[in-house]
Amino acid sequence: MTEQEGGAASDEGGRASSLWKPSNLELQRRKIRSDQNRRNIMIATISSFLVLGTLAAVLVTSPGWKSLTDTFFAWAYGFEILPKVILGFTTNILLTVIAASCVSVFGLILALTRTSRSPALTPFRLLATVYVDVFRGVPMLLIILLVGFGIPALRLPGLTRNVMVLGTTAVIITYSAYVAEVLRSGILTVHPSQRAAARSLGLTNFQTLRHVVLPQALRRVTPPLLNDLVSLIKDTGLVSILGVTDAVRAAQISSSRSFNYTPYVMAALLFLLLTVPLTRFTDHTMRKAIQRQNAQGLA
Amino acid sequence: MTTPVLAIENLRKSFGKDVVLQDISIDVPVHTATVFIGASGSGKSTLLRCINLLDGIDDGVIKLDGIEISDPRVNSDEVRRKLGMVFQSFNLFPHMSVIENITLAPIRVQGLSREQAREQAKELLIRFGLSDKADQYPDRLSGGQQQRVAIIRSLALKPRLLLLDEVTSALDPVLVNEVLSTVRDLKHEGMTMVIATHEMGFAKQVADEVCFLHQGRIVEYGPPSRVLENPTDPRTQDFLKRVHEAGRL
Ligand SMILES: Nc1ncnc2c1ncn2[C@@H]1O[C@H](COP(=O)(O)OP(=O)(O)O)[C@@H](O)[C@H]1O
Ligand SMILES: [Mg+2]
Repeated sequence: MTEQEGGAASDEGGRASSLWKPSNLELQRRKIRSDQNRRNIMIATISSFLVLGTLAAVLVTSPGWKSLTDTFFAWAYGFEILPKVILGFTTNILLTVIAASCVSVFGLILALTRTSRSPALTPFRLLATVYVDVFRGVPMLLIILLVGFGIPALRLPGLTRNVMVLGTTAVIITYSAYVAEVLRSGILTVHPSQRAAARSLGLTNFQTLRHVVLPQALRRVTPPLLNDLVSLIKDTGLVSILGVTDAVRAAQISSSRSFNYTPYVMAALLFLLLTVPLTRFTDHTMRKAIQRQNAQGLA
Repeated sequence: MTTPVLAIENLRKSFGKDVVLQDISIDVPVHTATVFIGASGSGKSTLLRCINLLDGIDDGVIKLDGIEISDPRVNSDEVRRKLGMVFQSFNLFPHMSVIENITLAPIRVQGLSREQAREQAKELLIRFGLSDKADQYPDRLSGGQQQRVAIIRSLALKPRLLLLDEVTSALDPVLVNEVLSTVRDLKHEGMTMVIATHEMGFAKQVADEVCFLHQGRIVEYGPPSRVLENPTDPRTQDFLKRVHEAGRL
């Protein structure tokens, strides 16, 4: 080691600390801490075994367990129909990508309209408020049914009857309202003094929004936006009600042929494959956001 | 006589029923500093915000280089480009590094290229002893350093007039001096300034003119040697006495 160098420059804080050896007291404390640690790990392990083990035992020994596994967890059959469900699931992914892109644009426009103070935009501000209130207040399934069956019923020439397009439209309409609210709350949390500073530098209203307000707002609402993305992925399954062959519908078709529910379980697993990592990632960004806020509070 | 950089005539400003400023008239000639003192709530911040067109006024005239800027037809973005403003709470942009904070307006407002703007920002950072902080984010700087970056940020636009609103009020006493000496340097270099402050010693050093604001009116003004050392108005005397006592505690 560099102990001689350290001794020569002992007035520099960093170097001097390399000479430090923990005191007996500190060594004792470390031993106590590691003992406590070991005991905590042991308690956690034992309690997990007890609780989870009991649950599993109750399930497996229940009288209906055998027939349950046969109808829900027939793995061989499950893998046989898996390609069909996966093919359906690509529709969910496609729908998610299209919807998420459109929702970002419409949601942002709605949020900006609602937070703007320009007098010229007053009627639009009113419309945006009504829009958000209505579509946040109605179950999405109803919107899907209304759009999916209502628009074709109008028999207007030029309007599509494609269920995929209609279903996606309904999802976009609804989620734009959700996302607009999240974005609006983010914009409102940026302190007015940030706007004042930007405007006093001669930035226009739009430049202030683009370079100062939105970047800060988006950072703050990343976790709730990711939450909405997880919900969006799940909710694309609802368009199956219009007859779109997504994962849910594909599973339903297989299931109704065989009177076995394993296809539903396979579809559920496919959704989980996507949503669980995203949820973990959301948690992670949320924790980092909180850390960052705390650090700013200290500074 | 040359036109003052800033001229205010009979300015009046109210928030609802509260009249916050009235009968405000001042001239700020080029290369001079006008310092506003007065109790908290006397209207100093509001006056600076009005000058910078961040708040509208109820009556009166504000002229910059002889041109009325309180005319509702003027483009307020263009006016603000000629004015620099530094706030009590720094208001650096937390999502941008120091150099990005400084170059934002020169790039977006003045249309400088990124390289030009960075070059100029680096020169300013060197001049004010902050060159090692260029790529840091604001939350890594001390309050004094943040406030000096905020000053540099408004200097980058080469303003005609600098507005400073209690730039040391949010700082620990030990950090106050580095910011004040930066302002003193600017004064020596001939920057025209309007300053609101609670630091009487500093006011004495930089002010060409001191205005004492009381409930939205200028009740006494003149050179610091007169207003701060031999005030004639009892309200000024009372205020200075209280500041003095607070300083001794
Ligand atoms: N946006 C506002 N709306 C209503 N009243 C305000 C607003 N800003 C300031 N005021 C009032 O104006 C008065 C002057 O405030 P300010 O200019 O901040 O004083 P100072 O900077 O001297 O402490 C205070 O009474 C304050 O309450
Ligand atoms: Mg103030």
